[in-house]
Amino acid sequence: MMLRIALAQISTKLGDVPANLEKHLACIRRARKAGARLVVFPELSLTGYALQDLASTVACRPAQDDPVFRPLLKASLVIDIAVGFVEEDVRNRFYISSAYLSRGEVVHVHRKVYLPTYGMFDEGRFFALGDRVQAFDTSFGRIGMLICEDFWHASPPYLLWLDGADLFLFMSSSPGRGLRANPELETARWVERVIRGYANTFTSFVAHTNKVGFEDGLNFWGGAMVFDPNGRQITKAPYHEESLTLAELDLNQLHRTRARLPLLRDERTALMQRELQRILGESGRANNLR
Amino acid sequence: MVNVPGLLEINTGLARKILTSFLREEITRAGMTCGVVGLSGGVDSALSCYLAAEALGPANVLAVRMPYKKSSADSLRHAEQVIQATGVKSLTIDITPMVEPLFAQVPSIDARRKGNIMARERMIILFDQSAECHGLVIGTGNKTEIMLGYTTLYGDSACALNPLGDLYKTQVRQLARDVGVPEGIVAKPPTADLWAGQTDEGELGFTYEEVDKLLYLLVDERYSPEECVQAGFKKAFVERVVEIVRRNQFKRVLPPIAKLSNRTVGYDFLYLRDWGT
Repeated sequence: MMLRIALAQISTKLGDVPANLEKHLACIRRARKAGARLVVFPELSLTGYALQDLASTVACRPAQDDPVFRPLLKASLVIDIAVGFVEEDVRNRFYISSAYLSRGEVVHVHRKVYLPTYGMFDEGRFFALGDRVQAFDTSFGRIGMLICEDFWHASPPYLLWLDGADLFLFMSSSPGRGLRANPELETARWVERVIRGYANTFTSFVAHTNKVGFEDGLNFWGGAMVFDPNGRQITKAPYHEESLTLAELDLNQLHRTRARLPLLRDERTALMQRELQRILGESGRANNLR
Repeated sequence: MVNVPGLLEINTGLARKILTSFLREEITRAGMTCGVVGLSGGVDSALSCYLAAEALGPANVLAVRMPYKKSSADSLRHAEQVIQATGVKSLTIDITPMVEPLFAQVPSIDARRKGNIMARERMIILFDQSAECHGLVIGTGNKTEIMLGYTTLYGDSACALNPLGDLYKTQVRQLARDVGVPEGIVAKPPTADLWAGQTDEGELGFTYEEVDKLLYLLVDERYSPEECVQAGFKKAFVERVVEIVRRNQFKRVLPPIAKLSNRTVGYDFLYLRDWGT
């Protein structure tokens, strides 16, 4: 089965949700016209990234009665949509979230589980940690959704893989840095290397979207891409420019790759669980309580 | 001296794309159309001017020459070359009749204080011109001078946005050559042009090439001073630069506000400048 997806590499107005929503709806229409069955936006696509004290004022709830989600859910009657936003839960905690919308329903919400709070990043100061990593079913297979720093840790993609995801949607707002002699920034090379690795070792499709534009001095580098289960690049969007990039996924590739390379079949989850249990039980190990 | 080939080499095409996009996007989203650059005749301001012309179109850039009576003729001539090559709008305002009366009222004044006054006078002119042309003042300070504090606070360091502040001086030269800044400007010894024969490197006591490599290891690669010495830098040089960087931190931050309330600018009232745009 062929699946055409659209990667919406947009710039955003910082904290101006109505303006960003309008851009989303225009992208969704274009993606639909181009024959895509799914359109994927970057992390925090409805709000912009470096929100700081704006975080609480731009938050919403992914539901039919929400003024931001109502038009998106309506648009999802004809095309599936993955969108990034600030979520406020019933206890008024704020999350960096992504919602998967299909046929007028909210199919799944992922709350970012790793909030980078070091160097130039300050997410843990403004947002609550998500505590679930779950795959979900769609009309073209089981999908796993992660947000930027989530996939810099091996465990969330691994869990999604075991939970049945064959298509990974990674949504980022990655500030560009590391200018050297190469024609792309170090961040672009790092991300490309990491997500190609997941496509290879999980013999799965991996799609990555990233925002573009500037927020003060931060540049966001775009470069959306899709890898197939062999780790081959299917498509690559330009750096630093808005674009709606289409990718054709031949879902039968999962069958062919896994016939050649049965890594999923051979994965020893019980061994993993035993050893993890042992490691967590030992005193003096780093990170064994989180 | 440490010699790592390509240590500070940058992809100039990528730098050019990011910096011109930065200037265009950040000036227009602020509702402005024009960029104002103070053109000294040196490589930093020449590069800022070239990038601004490429980003905004030369008709939307105002280059302002602000000579003092003792400024070198070369400076004016080099600035003129940049104006001709880029096609930007230009203006020349002599600061001598503005700063001389102040110098005359302060008998104890020395060259350093005079230099600071001249830098601040130029800042006044640039910000005033930016109001006239509905624009923003584009900075010209590079990473080396920001780290060393080799700049006048509220003088040449004052600007609305700075495209060069994350490029070391040697990287500025690399990019300047790529965008076509004349070699005579790129290769000449950098100077604040306060008195005849003054050069930055003479005053600092080391070359930009040396200090850029050291700063790169200290700042970008997070080397400890000891590791820099192990990498081949002289201990006294490393210690001196580390101390200069530390002592000049005040020039790199906004003045601290004494916190009294529950919400205070700079501590817990946190928004980017691009808030809402």
